[in-house]
Amino acid sequence: MSIIFNHVSKSYDADTQLKTDALKDVSFKIDDGEFVGLIGHTGSGKSTLVQHMNGLLKPTSGEIYVDGKDIADKEYSLKDLRGKVGLVFQYPEHQLFETTVFEDVCYGPKNLGLEKKEVELRAYEALKQVGIEDDYFYQSPFDLSGGQKRRAAIAGVLAMKPEVLILDEPTAGLDPKGREEILELVSRLHRENNITVILVSHSMDDVADYADRILVMDHGKLVYDDTVHEVFKHVKELEEMGLAIPQVTYMMYDIAAKGVDVSTDITTIDEAVEEIMKVWSK
Amino acid sequence: MIRDITLGQYYHADSVIHRLDPRTKLVGTFFFIIALFLVKNPLGYAVAAIYLALVIKLSTVPLRFMLRGMKAIVFLLLLTVGFNLFLTPGEPIWEWWKLSISAEGVRIAYTMAIRLSFLVIGSSIMTLTTTPNNLTDGLEKLLSPLKKIRIPVHEIAMMMSIALRFIPILLEETDKIMKAQMARGADFESGNIIKRTKALVPILVPLFISAFRRANDLAMAMEARCYKGGDGRTKMKPLKYAARDRLAYLAIFAMLAACIIVGRMI
Ligand SMILES: Nc1ncnc2c1ncn2[C@@H]1O[C@H](COP(=O)(O)OP(=O)(O)O)[C@@H](O)[C@H]1O
Ligand SMILES: [Mg+2]
Repeated sequence: MSIIFNHVSKSYDADTQLKTDALKDVSFKIDDGEFVGLIGHTGSGKSTLVQHMNGLLKPTSGEIYVDGKDIADKEYSLKDLRGKVGLVFQYPEHQLFETTVFEDVCYGPKNLGLEKKEVELRAYEALKQVGIEDDYFYQSPFDLSGGQKRRAAIAGVLAMKPEVLILDEPTAGLDPKGREEILELVSRLHRENNITVILVSHSMDDVADYADRILVMDHGKLVYDDTVHEVFKHVKELEEMGLAIPQVTYMMYDIAAKGVDVSTDITTIDEAVEEIMKVWSK
Repeated sequence: MIRDITLGQYYHADSVIHRLDPRTKLVGTFFFIIALFLVKNPLGYAVAAIYLALVIKLSTVPLRFMLRGMKAIVFLLLLTVGFNLFLTPGEPIWEWWKLSISAEGVRIAYTMAIRLSFLVIGSSIMTLTTTPNNLTDGLEKLLSPLKKIRIPVHEIAMMMSIALRFIPILLEETDKIMKAQMARGADFESGNIIKRTKALVPILVPLFISAFRRANDLAMAMEARCYKGGDGRTKMKPLKYAARDRLAYLAIFAMLAACIIVGRMI
C-alpha cells in the first residue's frame, strides 16, 4: 500500500494569534513494504505528519493519496483507512482503559465491526506477537510493567491487522531493554508479516539499525528524503538542526581523525565491525 | 509553551491596559458592571459605550477577540430578549395571533441586551489583557482582608491558579486520547445517545488516570520545594500600584459618576 503526500501544508490555530505552521509543503511517496525512519527534533512536525496518514488531521492545503485514492474524498471511508493504516501514538499506554489486557486489545477490531470470534482471534494473535504471555491476558492493563504496557498498547493497534504500521516515538521513556524489545518487535513484524513500517524517532541509533530510508523534518519542512547512508553523510547540517548521527558513525569519524584509513560511511555496528576487520587484516 | 498560558483567551500584547495592576482591572470591571445596572436611560448607556470603546482602543486587542466571547452567550441573549419582549405585560403596540409586544417589553428587552453584551465584553477585556496567574494574584491580594475572618484566601487562590493551569493541559490530553482512540477505530459522532455516551468511556478513563497522575506529581514537586501554605510566603513579583493605576482608578470613578449622573438624573 503506497502513501503519497502532494504539497501538504498544515497550520494549527490558523486564524488566531497562535498560528503555527506545523507542515510546510511536504511531498513524498512511501511504497509498499518499506521501512521508513522519520526523524526531526521536538516540534519539527513529525507527529503532525503521521496523523495525516490516517485522516486524524486534515491538511490545510495539498492532498494525501493512500493506495492511489484521495483520502479527502467524501466516499473514502475513514474507518477503512484507520484499519489499514495503524497509528501507535507516543506513550500509547496512556490510552489503555479496559478492565483486562485482552479486552483492551479487542477494542480496535471490535470498532472495525468484526465478528466476536474474529475479534478474539485477532486479539490473541496480536498479544502473542508482541510477546505477552497468557498469564497476563486477564489482568488489569494498569498492573503491567512499563514495557509490557507499551507492548499491550501496540497489540491494540496490531489487532486491527494494518497494512501500514506507524509508530510515533515508540521507545520514548523506556529503559534500554524495553527499547530493544520494541525495536526488535517492529523489525520482526516488518520482516515476517511484510508490513510497511514508519518509525518516528529523534534517536538516530533507533532508525539507523532498522530503516532502509530516512525522512528528516526540520521546522515543518521535509529536508532530506534518502537512504540511511546518504542522509547520515550530512553530519554538519544534521547537527545544526539539533540532530545527530548514529554513535557508531561518530566513532568511525573519530577513528579516521586519528589517521586510520577507515570509511566513515558506516551506520550500524555490524558494518563497523566489518570495516574495522577489513582494515585490521590489511 | 505558549499554549499553556492562554486559557481564558489571554491575548498577548503590550498595551497600557495589559500593564495595569490586575487589582485595578478587577475593581474596574466590578464598577463597570455596577454602573451598567445603575443606568436607567439610553444616554447613560451611551456613556458606558464610550468608556468601553475607549478601553478597547487602549488595549490594542482586535475587536473580533472581544466578540468571540459574545458567541458563547448568543443563545442566552436571544432567550432573554425573547422572553422580555413577549412576556412583559403592558399596553400592546404590536399583536399577532397569541403574541403581543408592549412598549415596556421593548424597553426591558433592549436594556437587557445592552447590559448582557456590555457585561460580557467588559469582562472579556479583563481576561484578554490579564494572564490567569496575574488574575488570581490580584484576587488573592484584594480578598486578603478576609483572612482575618479565617477564610483561606491563599489556598483558594492557589487552587484556582492550579486549576487554570491544568485546564489547557487536560484539553490537550483529551485531544490526544481522542485521536489515539480514533486511530483504533473509535467513533464519537454517530449512533444514538446511549452509544455515544458509551463511546466516552475510552476517553474518560485514561483522562482521569492522567489527571490523578499529574496532580500527584505536582503535589510531590510542591512538597519537595517545601510548600506549606500561605503563611510567611513571599512573592517573586509582588503586586505594586504604579502611577498609571492611580490614573485608571480616577477614570473608573469618573465613569461611575458619569453613568450615575447621566443615566439616572437626566
Ligand atoms: N494540537 C495542536 N494545536 C496547536 N499546535 C500544535 C498542536 N500539535 C502540535 N502543534 C505544534 O505544531 C508543531 C509541530 O508539532 P509536532 O507535530 O507535535 O512535532 P514533533 O512530533 O516533531 O515533536 C509544534 O510547534 C507544536 O507546538
Ligand atoms: Mg511528536
